[in-house]
Amino acid sequence: MSNLVESLSNSKTPNVPNWCPGCGDFGIWSAFKLAAQKKGWDSSNSAIVAGIGCHGHMVNFVQITAFEGLHGRSLPVASGIKMANNNLNVFSFSGDGDSLAEGCNHFVHTARRNHDITLILHDNAVYGLTTGQTSPRSPKGYVSKSTPAGSVEEPLNPLTMAIASGATFVAREYAGNIEQISELLIAANEHRGFSLVVILQPCVTFNHMYTHYFFQKNTYYLDKTHDITNKLHALEKSMEWDLNKIPLGIFYKVESPSYEDQIPVLQSGALGMRNIEVRNISDLYKGFA
Amino acid sequence: MPNAQSKTSLNPNVFTFKIGGEAGFGIMSAGLNFAKVATRSGYHTFDYTEYPSLVRGGHNVMQISVSKDRVDSQYATTDFLVALNQETLNLHEHELIEGSGVLYDSDHNIDVSHLPSYVKTFELPLTHIIKEVNGSMVMRNSIAIGAALALLDGDLNILKTLIEESFGHKKNDVVSINHKACQIGYDYVLKEHAGDVKKILTPISGFTFNPDAPSLLLPTGNEAIALGAVASGMSFASIYPMTPTSNILHSLAPHQEKYGFVYKQPEDEISAINMAIGAAHAGARSMVATSGGGFALMSEGYGLAGITETPVVIIEGMRGSPATGLPTWTEQGDLRFVLHAHQGDFPRIVLAPGDVEEAFHASMLAFNLAEKYQTPVVVLVDKFICESHSSVAPFDYSNFKIDRGKLTLEKQDGYKRFAPSPDGISLRTVAGSGNHFVANSDEHDEIGYSNEEIENRNTQMNKRMQKLVTCSAQDMQAPVVYGPKDADVTIVSWGSNKGPILEALKVLPNVNYVHITWINPFPVEKLKQLLDNAKYLINIEANFSGQMHGLIKQHTGINILNNFVKYDGRPFYPEEIVERVKGI
Repeated sequence: MSNLVESLSNSKTPNVPNWCPGCGDFGIWSAFKLAAQKKGWDSSNSAIVAGIGCHGHMVNFVQITAFEGLHGRSLPVASGIKMANNNLNVFSFSGDGDSLAEGCNHFVHTARRNHDITLILHDNAVYGLTTGQTSPRSPKGYVSKSTPAGSVEEPLNPLTMAIASGATFVAREYAGNIEQISELLIAANEHRGFSLVVILQPCVTFNHMYTHYFFQKNTYYLDKTHDITNKLHALEKSMEWDLNKIPLGIFYKVESPSYEDQIPVLQSGALGMRNIEVRNISDLYKGFA
Repeated sequence: MPNAQSKTSLNPNVFTFKIGGEAGFGIMSAGLNFAKVATRSGYHTFDYTEYPSLVRGGHNVMQISVSKDRVDSQYATTDFLVALNQETLNLHEHELIEGSGVLYDSDHNIDVSHLPSYVKTFELPLTHIIKEVNGSMVMRNSIAIGAALALLDGDLNILKTLIEESFGHKKNDVVSINHKACQIGYDYVLKEHAGDVKKILTPISGFTFNPDAPSLLLPTGNEAIALGAVASGMSFASIYPMTPTSNILHSLAPHQEKYGFVYKQPEDEISAINMAIGAAHAGARSMVATSGGGFALMSEGYGLAGITETPVVIIEGMRGSPATGLPTWTEQGDLRFVLHAHQGDFPRIVLAPGDVEEAFHASMLAFNLAEKYQTPVVVLVDKFICESHSSVAPFDYSNFKIDRGKLTLEKQDGYKRFAPSPDGISLRTVAGSGNHFVANSDEHDEIGYSNEEIENRNTQMNKRMQKLVTCSAQDMQAPVVYGPKDADVTIVSWGSNKGPILEALKVLPNVNYVHITWINPFPVEKLKQLLDNAKYLINIEANFSGQMHGLIKQHTGINILNNFVKYDGRPFYPEEIVERVKGI
């Protein structure tokens, strides 16, 4: 535990987190800082991006250069950062409303392009910051301010969708498992390509269904019999969700060139760190007369 | 298309060649070849194309103004019409004037019998000629251009060279069949009509075309903008295709590796601008390009760049709107949109170049301004400027210096990204520099942490908005006056109207033109001075509500009483400007 305490104090900013006491964001925050401490992630080698939602406050509490963008748009910003500097570890924090409602288009396309970034998807199955409405992850029948008679919509499954869309690293954890999340984030970052890490996270204020107790009781780890390179098995496991049957761990992991690996211009160093000079365009005049 | 009221041309020094046919006939490439033959013979040209959304098929037309001197506009009259189908004749015969020629496909049942006797017709049996050379229907335009060159005393060898340049990478027989086809067209009309040849494209004596260093180029506004971006050191472009600016991405994408930039096709315009912002956050010189509809999607990113103080260049090529509107036609209806898009206030710089040359320089300048002021810069153009080729000398940017403003890529002690500064501009850095900061869409403090306190809010808002004051003093360009200093009538306008207005001025000796190129910040004092001194003002613009008219009134208090607007998707014609001014 001393390692964890040390990392918490070294990576913090002057700001005191404003999440509700017991919020799953604390666990994700701690796990990220622990991983950062272990791997030396800082403003010289890493960048973080957040969308809008409770998760987005993360940028105020971590000592790494950050971009807090707009609701749903963290992935295109993260993709832009990675293309401009492919030496950086790029982490995109997002929520289920952020990435699966407003930003679902970007979620699918970032996965298919296999940009070398890690998406940490805070999945609390509710809109917390706007004080409790149904999210794309809320189960059918979910009662909230926006669905007082219970939601009639089926929830989206980000794991299934990511695997189907071309993501090459797909995993899930629960916000209480700080050390395990930390190891998972390190593995996700080391994977070349798009990594999705879904973190099941209680919203202690607005979601009284998915509590810490619920996740502690109903989750289990995928074991060695699960072949993480088998897409069909991964899809099958990603759809498993029942009492005592919510799998955690790495569902899918395959090696495939990342987007950045395939762009010739990016092979000669970080685009954004190069000198900007006036270019001679005379050679382009051919064809203009 | 306005009716040619008189049966004479407004400017006899400009010859208008027009070719029309169904979509898929290769009208645009044929027209461009004609323009290039003129260029390589020492002439200036300006061309204008009209085409519907291709899903409906339909009528394509391209017209080329040819002149020994600079020419900046299309004209409403047609001196030589190539009709590849009946529709072309039906739609454009009213533009024909005394002495006009009509070259038509006599194998296509085109009826020319009703044309007035002052129009000379030339039949060309295109299907027969194609059979003779064992060619294909796409060669119709090569044959037609060959025949037109014969009647206009053009140099057929230039056309043959252009065909080689176009098809040289294909099998040799494609070139030789096309060569044979255009030669047959050329010979056919000469045999029948040797006495009707007009010396329009006679190569100018003493002029030599140097393919390695041409004295005149023929880029479109889109191409000029792309060239400007490359010259200005642009390193990242994310552009979702949209008429009329798609050709910017077509011009950029093939040259990434040679020049060391990245072009990325995003999933939508929201992603486009957010990617560009992300790339700029990590140090790239970033751009996007779109039209009004795409810019609507970019609106949220526009303000995001503003509050996070991230440089990004936005090319907005206007077309007839709203919604899908008139997708392939021109308009200037987005002026207020780019000025007001996004919630709240943030500093935005808006430039409105008026022709191909101005578009090139605005594009180059926009990248410097975006980095210097750490804010979005819009280059506002339109379909007319984006897709018209215009003769320009190779761009002179020898005095251009890259200005990245206050920027450090090195680690700084006690760094504060958004520290206040009298000019509103803080020392910028990028992700990966080792300096911790937060580019925050929430209002934020000097480091970038979210902060909603009164004093901080006021400090940061004032700091950001101060950048426009600094820009007004250091970079803003005053309107340019064309024509006599003292004039009976002063035309006020902006953007692509410049060309037709300059052509109109050629026959309006006591009229001058105030050309506004900076929309925000706005050159209030200089413009007010110019307008106060004018005897009679007329405002010209291509939108329904007179958006510039209102902007001038808002800034200067001057209410221009004569407001000439147009919103039919067509650009202004010199003829209608002359008519309007003469009617005063």
